[in-house]
Amino acid sequence: MEYFDTLIVILQSTVRVSVPLILAALAGLYSERAGIFDIGLEGKMLAAAFAGGAAAAVTASALIGLAAAIFVSVCLALVHGFASITQRGNQIVSGVAINFIALGATVILGQAWFRQGGRTPQLSGDSRFTTVELPYAAEIADIPVIGSIYSNLLSGHFMLTYLAFALVPFTWWVLYRTRFGLRLRAVGENPGAVDTAGISVTWLRYRAVICCGILCGIAGAYLSMAMTAGFVKGMTAGKGFIALAALIFAKWKPVNVMFACLLFGFLDAMSIRMQGNELPIIGVVPVQFMQALPYLLTVILLAGFIGKAIPPRAGGVPYVKER
Amino acid sequence: MNDIAIELKGIDKKFGLVHANKNINMKVRKGTIHGIIGENGAGKSTLMSILYGFYQADNGDIFVDGKKTVIKDPNAAISVGIGMVHQHFMLVENFTVLENIMLGAEESQVLNAGITKARRELKQLEEEYELEVDPDAIIEELPVGIQQRVEILKALYRGAEILILDEPTGVLTPAEADHLFRILEQLKSEGKTILLITHKLREIMAVTDEVSVMRRGEMVATRTTSETSVEELAELMVGRHVLLHVEKGPASPGDVMLSVENLTVRDGRGVDMVKNVSFNVRAGEIVGIAGVAGNGQSELLQAISGIRRAVTGKVMLQGEPIHVTGTADPAELRHRGLAHVPEDRQHMGLVLKFDESENSILGYHDDPKYLNGMFLNIDAIRKDAADKIEKYDIRPPNPRLKTANFSGGNQQKIVLAREMERDPAVLVIGQPTRGVDVGAIEFIHKRIIEMRDAGKAVLLVSVELDEIRSLSDRVLVMFDGRIVGERAPDASEGELGLLMAGVEDTKEAAQ
Repeated sequence: MEYFDTLIVILQSTVRVSVPLILAALAGLYSERAGIFDIGLEGKMLAAAFAGGAAAAVTASALIGLAAAIFVSVCLALVHGFASITQRGNQIVSGVAINFIALGATVILGQAWFRQGGRTPQLSGDSRFTTVELPYAAEIADIPVIGSIYSNLLSGHFMLTYLAFALVPFTWWVLYRTRFGLRLRAVGENPGAVDTAGISVTWLRYRAVICCGILCGIAGAYLSMAMTAGFVKGMTAGKGFIALAALIFAKWKPVNVMFACLLFGFLDAMSIRMQGNELPIIGVVPVQFMQALPYLLTVILLAGFIGKAIPPRAGGVPYVKER
Repeated sequence: MNDIAIELKGIDKKFGLVHANKNINMKVRKGTIHGIIGENGAGKSTLMSILYGFYQADNGDIFVDGKKTVIKDPNAAISVGIGMVHQHFMLVENFTVLENIMLGAEESQVLNAGITKARRELKQLEEEYELEVDPDAIIEELPVGIQQRVEILKALYRGAEILILDEPTGVLTPAEADHLFRILEQLKSEGKTILLITHKLREIMAVTDEVSVMRRGEMVATRTTSETSVEELAELMVGRHVLLHVEKGPASPGDVMLSVENLTVRDGRGVDMVKNVSFNVRAGEIVGIAGVAGNGQSELLQAISGIRRAVTGKVMLQGEPIHVTGTADPAELRHRGLAHVPEDRQHMGLVLKFDESENSILGYHDDPKYLNGMFLNIDAIRKDAADKIEKYDIRPPNPRLKTANFSGGNQQKIVLAREMERDPAVLVIGQPTRGVDVGAIEFIHKRIIEMRDAGKAVLLVSVELDEIRSLSDRVLVMFDGRIVGERAPDASEGELGLLMAGVEDTKEAAQ
């Protein structure tokens, strides 16, 4: 029973750390499926985390915090859209710029407004998201296995966590079962086909970028207002890039994205759990190794274990009508 | 009853300094196949893109069914019943046929309802026009001929009454092209109007009812196809009399300049593509190698020019051996007087992203006359390029323009100028006029004959039998890696055709 409980604890924290990855990777999916590469997921998430933390601290309302996070993230997404759709600029450069702006601006503004070394004030009560207990969680908690899974693993998460997992099938449905999804996929493969079918490539891509902004905003809000109580500088800590790796690993498919993010989340949770613990046979594994494991695995997996990941064909290329 | 489907009045379009369409007037009658012919860059595609709303005309009016119509985007064109099949297909390659056909005409936000209806209508269209396609097939797995059919179905699905086809046969095999023409006839009999853009005279004569000719952005003439001729159309296209047949005097062969003995060449897969081939080329003669593409001609050229290593064999250039099985390399051969015009100019002959002037010295860039110590002498290179541009009539005459921006014919002239102006003893040319327009073909043929008359040995490889017959002094036929026969250039097309198809050489068999 002890191993089972440990497993439940690890899985529980897997879910916790996977949520921002799933949200960010789905954000990237909308953008990249429309042909706009977005290396700026990290920056958008960070800016959103700050905006959410700051607004919630000032207004004492988690919902206003969430709205502020989404607003800021969408604004940055539109900057990226303007640079890469309207101005036909280099999408990587634009994305990197957004990452740097977010990294610097959050600290400067945080220090100027709150004078806590770039942090936002500690959130509590209504200014922070609270966890949701599923019905009868307490009553059946004592039933072996099932009760534990239900009340410890499935119940007791934030609303945003359930939202993130609900967004996976929703995104699949949007992508493969709606007109918007059909056009979105088409514009990432061959914008010429979309243009000659009488659909505006520009407007379609802007909508995709806005979807990306909204999801990055929710991911950021989750980081500063649910997972922790307040913004800390650089708190995304590369999650945007891990999400990007998960997106490639998942070959730009929504359900695969969820599993890829859960895998990366699981490795992350393991590394936290394993710190200082002795493993049978191997002995004590250095903390640094466990922390590096998700990244090592990313490199190994991407280098050849997943077969060829073919990105959307028009990805990264601004659309210019040929002459 | 108005029988004019489309009328264009005074259409004018500029792209920067390029005047693509100059005051174009045109009428297309309903229920006909109307051809638009012109050389590459004459403005045909621009004009059709304006009609389809892809670009806006700077001036001029479009009348559809007698009504003045503003076509501000493809949507507007679709709604007045104009459909277009683009030269490069506008299909999403990893979508199914059905998804491609629905794209932009889905009818509702959620696809499900539309899919059933689309499937039904597609089925109807397929039956009506005999255009069978599997709606669930993935585009990239279909042959190009079928992909084109999907493009046609896409237009019909949107209710097109007027169908524009831009260079539809460029990517098709002759059999697929014939099938396409049958489809077009079928569409015509159903009352559709078809605009066929092409630069191939044969197609115009074969299927159109009327033909309009464009030249350098202007509409120069409209003819009824049955009352015109290939010669007249060629002349209208180019703007002067074109010799479709090459005039040349008798050859006066001299010493053997290039001799090939028992050459065997293997390709990357390890298959012998050239099998024990022997022949020679004398000064002052053109030896043509005829054959269906893929019978070893490419590998033969590559081995002789030092690009691909031969397995066995001996090649002599001006009496000196070339180490074809070992160290021969193109640079060395160039210095020894062998110039090579590769079959595929865009991949092997030119660097498309370079300036014209850079390409015009490529491979000869270590010649001291282009150098200034260890640096390139840019002034000398540009001056040299400008001279070649003038001599070979390369357009536009700008040595600093990116090579990708030249038409196929002019790109080929850049390569020819580079190789011919070095005054080589032996000239090896692969597919000299592939993708080149009529006017430039005439020019290139004349140049090749001039090289011969100047006493050079010319080895010509072409899949165009007409070209081989009209230029060569001797014709060798290659089949399955072997030279299966030698003929005089006036041998009948049928006789050469049989040899090319690998039918045993009757003359030699009789001996």
